[in-house]
Amino acid sequence: MRRFLLRRVAAVPATLLGVSLMVFLATDVLPGDVARTVLGREASAESVAALRHELGLDQPVYLRYLHWLADFGTGSWGTSYTLHVPVRDLVLDRLGQSLMLASLAFALLVPVALTLGVLAGLGEDTPVDWVISGVSLALGATPEFVTGVVLLVAFSVELGWLPASAQTSPGDGPLVVLAHLALPATCLVLLCTGYVARHVRASTVLVVASPYVRAARLRGVRGARLVRRHVLRNATVPAASALGVQLQFLLGGLLVVELLFNYPGIGALLLASATAKDLPTLQATAMVLGVAYLAVVLLADIAYRLLDPRVRLDGEG
Amino acid sequence: MAVATRVSRRPSPVLAGSAAVVAAWVVCAAFWPDLVPYDPDLQAPADRFLPPGTDHWLGTDHYGRDVLSRLVAGARPVLVVAPLAALLSVAAGTALGLLAGAVRGWFDGLVMRLLDAVVVFPVIIAAVLFIALLGRSAPVLVLVIAAAFVPLVTRSVRAATLVEREKPYVEAARLRGEPLWSLVARELLPNVRGTVLVEATTRLGDAVFAAATLSFLGLGQPPGSPDWGSSVADNRLWVQLAPWTVLAPALAIGSLVVAVALLTDRLRRRLDRS
Repeated sequence: MRRFLLRRVAAVPATLLGVSLMVFLATDVLPGDVARTVLGREASAESVAALRHELGLDQPVYLRYLHWLADFGTGSWGTSYTLHVPVRDLVLDRLGQSLMLASLAFALLVPVALTLGVLAGLGEDTPVDWVISGVSLALGATPEFVTGVVLLVAFSVELGWLPASAQTSPGDGPLVVLAHLALPATCLVLLCTGYVARHVRASTVLVVASPYVRAARLRGVRGARLVRRHVLRNATVPAASALGVQLQFLLGGLLVVELLFNYPGIGALLLASATAKDLPTLQATAMVLGVAYLAVVLLADIAYRLLDPRVRLDGEG
Repeated sequence: MAVATRVSRRPSPVLAGSAAVVAAWVVCAAFWPDLVPYDPDLQAPADRFLPPGTDHWLGTDHYGRDVLSRLVAGARPVLVVAPLAALLSVAAGTALGLLAGAVRGWFDGLVMRLLDAVVVFPVIIAAVLFIALLGRSAPVLVLVIAAAFVPLVTRSVRAATLVEREKPYVEAARLRGEPLWSLVARELLPNVRGTVLVEATTRLGDAVFAAATLSFLGLGQPPGSPDWGSSVADNRLWVQLAPWTVLAPALAIGSLVVAVALLTDRLRRRLDRS
């Protein structure tokens, strides 16, 4: 376990360097001459050259990359071109907003997916299983903005039960915030439930057929106790890896859901800054998202390892 | 697996329905200029936000454009981008997976490490960065989606190849002195075709999903395109006033992805049994 942890943690800086290199190259090399863009077309060649020098653009690419990396590492992320506020405050605030939405979705996802998967697995090839499997297959295949639009029209436009925008004001109480987050969170849960539930179903089917469950049944263990003590624990291990895979989708889903429900999260910020070519914001947002993503993937791997000591990951005997 | 066996012997209504839905959208994508009642780009300011009725079966949008015509025309972008991206990723992934599995050694190690790096990468961030900065166009969209899927295809094909290469017919071919290209193309490829087929259909479903999502995020098609994802994004601002302009393209995407997913699921089960 220690060796595995060390290897995984040691790989993080290398991956981070890769992410930073991609972000830097995509934002620094592709958009053309920043100095010319800032000063406008009429600016004289001398003033452009002066600004290029001031911004360090006349230096070689690798020096610029190292400077940028050092600045980023020490927390000076610059000022947003479009919003004119310090990028660091902006990005960290938006990250907090997204984490709130994602945690709510995740907290709903785990019990829902486990319950549905175990129910379908216990009733293999019964109508319960057909309905759960069919619906989760269909929902897993449907893009989140499609389910989101249907939810939006049904619960906000037609019924008027829930607000269409997820944006809350600072003074709102927890219930109001929850009402605003209900639709986007449901949308994320619907996206991910199908995949996780199908994994849980498959492992439940295997566990139910296994000798120790048969033995427990023969000993007279049945009902809720059988499920809780014998089935659930062993059926959750594959679910943990499925949840890890879903984190990727959750990240993509955040972008979509935040855009659809006007939620001021980090995914919406990434899109807005990319569209506006607000480079300092775009760089910082992409980096922070990359770091968050890597951290979450690492945590999921470790959780999977802890749940099932038999799992041998790469790099272990 | 009693259900699956029963399904395979009788034509299932689910299967037939899914195939019909996909076929209908393919017909729309191919022949939309002959099928639409109005020009999908024709603006009629006097007819803005008409609810569904006899003149406009699915109503009109904020420019007075006919929603049904845009729906039919909008089948084309996604049905061009998604199959191309799926085909590209399956072709590249199959070639890489077969070679890595057949050659092993340093080549295998290099390919797998590179692909691990791509998989660890948050694809959606890369997609936003590249599409936003390179501009929105169909070729960029195809390349980005294909690049994201190549590692997944490569892994499955390599795993299948590793199983096949231990079998006697491969050893026999090696002993006959077959060159590598022949070993890969004539011996291994025909025997991993089931895996390739499953990958192709799975990636097609995923590519429809990805193309629709990226164009919803404003990264796929040029502005004003009748593409379904772009239409949902554009019309979302008027959802309170004219929900039909948003629901129609959203349900169109839903019907296509669910039909493709059901077809893929049936195909996979059939291949698993044989």
